[in-house]
Amino acid sequence: MNPMRRRRAIESALVHVALVIGVAFALYPVAWVAALAFSGTPAPEPQVMPWPQQPTTAHFEEVVGATATIGDDSVWLFGRQLANSLVVALATATVGVLIAIPAAYALARFDFLGKRSGVGVLLATQMFPAVASAIPLYLVLEALGLLNTRTGLVLCYASTAVPFAIFQLRAAFEAIPVDLEEAAMVDGATRVGAFVRVVLPIARPAIAVTALFAFMSAYNEFILAATLLDDSRMFTLPVMLQHYVGEYDAKWEAFAAGALVVSLPVMALFYVAQRHLVAGLASGGVKG
Amino acid sequence: MVDVRLRAVGKRFGDTVVLDGVDAHFDDGAFVVLVGSSGCGKSTLLRCIAGLEEVTAGTIEFGGHDVTHAAPRDRDVAMVFQSYALYPHMTVRDNLAFGLALRKTPREVVDARVQEVARMLSIEHLLDRHPRALSGGQRQRVAMGRAIVRRPAVFMFDEPLSNLDPGLRNQVRVEIRRLHDELGATSIYVTHDQVEAMTLADRLVVLDRGRVQQIGAPLEVYRRPANRFVAGFLGSPAMNFLRGHIARDGDALAVALGEGVQVPLAGAQVAALAPGREVELGIRPQDVVRDDDGPLALQVELVETLGSHVHVHGRIGAASFVAAFEGHQGPARGEVLRLRVTLPHVFDPASGVALR
Repeated sequence: MNPMRRRRAIESALVHVALVIGVAFALYPVAWVAALAFSGTPAPEPQVMPWPQQPTTAHFEEVVGATATIGDDSVWLFGRQLANSLVVALATATVGVLIAIPAAYALARFDFLGKRSGVGVLLATQMFPAVASAIPLYLVLEALGLLNTRTGLVLCYASTAVPFAIFQLRAAFEAIPVDLEEAAMVDGATRVGAFVRVVLPIARPAIAVTALFAFMSAYNEFILAATLLDDSRMFTLPVMLQHYVGEYDAKWEAFAAGALVVSLPVMALFYVAQRHLVAGLASGGVKG
Repeated sequence: MVDVRLRAVGKRFGDTVVLDGVDAHFDDGAFVVLVGSSGCGKSTLLRCIAGLEEVTAGTIEFGGHDVTHAAPRDRDVAMVFQSYALYPHMTVRDNLAFGLALRKTPREVVDARVQEVARMLSIEHLLDRHPRALSGGQRQRVAMGRAIVRRPAVFMFDEPLSNLDPGLRNQVRVEIRRLHDELGATSIYVTHDQVEAMTLADRLVVLDRGRVQQIGAPLEVYRRPANRFVAGFLGSPAMNFLRGHIARDGDALAVALGEGVQVPLAGAQVAALAPGREVELGIRPQDVVRDDDGPLALQVELVETLGSHVHVHGRIGAASFVAAFEGHQGPARGEVLRLRVTLPHVFDPASGVALR
């Protein structure tokens, strides 16, 4: 082997060792959760290698099969909570993106009175921790009669998702050359037409990423949901999970199984959305 | 097919005046070139005519109709952008068809026209590609095709060749003029390249700092520049300027440059010139010939050989001076050339206006 090739091989080996260590570091806790989820009760003593003890799927059955009896009816609790989570996350993404798109476009393309201070306020809202607004939001929703409702939760989530979505989409719109819209307007489109037919399709990857982000933060959110919901039929999945680890009794195996089940939809979503996450659609229209 | 009339068109951004009282009339079917150095307002003027910028003063008329406040889509114009501005998410075919489809043109007509234009520009084989899969030259052709396919009343070109290689640029320039002659619509073309300006234009509009300096046929503007700016802007190498004053030379007049040097003026130029008046003498590098009895003595400092021409850089007295000669045989460095002026221009030193 000549020295050049040997150096390359060593470099490549080192890089791979580093990557393997990095991946192991990131996956170790997940592996632990998985091991716990498939272990029988009582929970095994912690050990270095995450491997299930007395393997079983009983905890998954417990979490997924959870029911509640309300009056005479038996309700499939997990199904309802999964639906709650999906509906709330989907609505948050939709509402957030629909509000953010026109705002971001206006900020990207027009000059208007109050633009700078408006952006400043948007930025300021990002600086408060979400917990700080939990009590005020509780009071507002109470006054509106929206406590314990999905609508109330969506309103809260959307309001926190919008500023971030605006910043992200504004950058995306700014990256689209004005020439393209002007070409469309000369070609016969109105400004709105140029926006819909040219800007939106080009910004689609950015919009997808923004929506995905809003979806995920709503899907994973716990503190607000735990504060604003106290009816188990209205719970989202993170709140459901937390109930397996109570003050007097901790079902860690069920909690771990639940955690895996809850992350499945997000993983699936990422898998499907991968295509959109690849940028570069906008390249080539304008000489660069 | 329309003529275009601009009346006192003005445009300001805040306190910055970009266009100041532009008056012009472009005949139906004319090829008009707006030329000037960067920042002169030529692109802004084009965008105002296209409706992409709102004018802050004056009116714009297309075929006698006031379109000053009409939206771009209501003006029946098409534009080729410097960046080409092809829609990146559409195929070439959809790029070409976009404008027609927006105007609810029947599908068969759209297809036929797209095919026709693609054939005209030899881009039929590219119709199903996306812009990112095209070379610069191909993108440029698609951009032109997108303008042509609509059969607009007025074509607009905003420095359409500036992103092409020099060889391709010459080729496309010829093609643009050929297409213009074939289509017969009014074309308005912005460039800072004087070769494009001279070769393409029926009418040349020279702009500087937002004002029209001169409008005319290219050769007329070149041979009879209205002021010092136009004289210095058009022509390569740029015109030489020498300070002097009007003196009598027998029956005729001449410009005295000091140290007994006098450049005689042709009879037609004498009218406004009183002896003793301070003037600036303008001499194009091409408007001198070697003549042992010529009044000018050029001290040669540098010779550039271009193949078909030589450019001789040097000094006349203290002023730098460039002369251009045909052929490839240049003088030696340090040599002194005697030169006679074939076409002198005279300008007022304060206002820059040409004196005739």
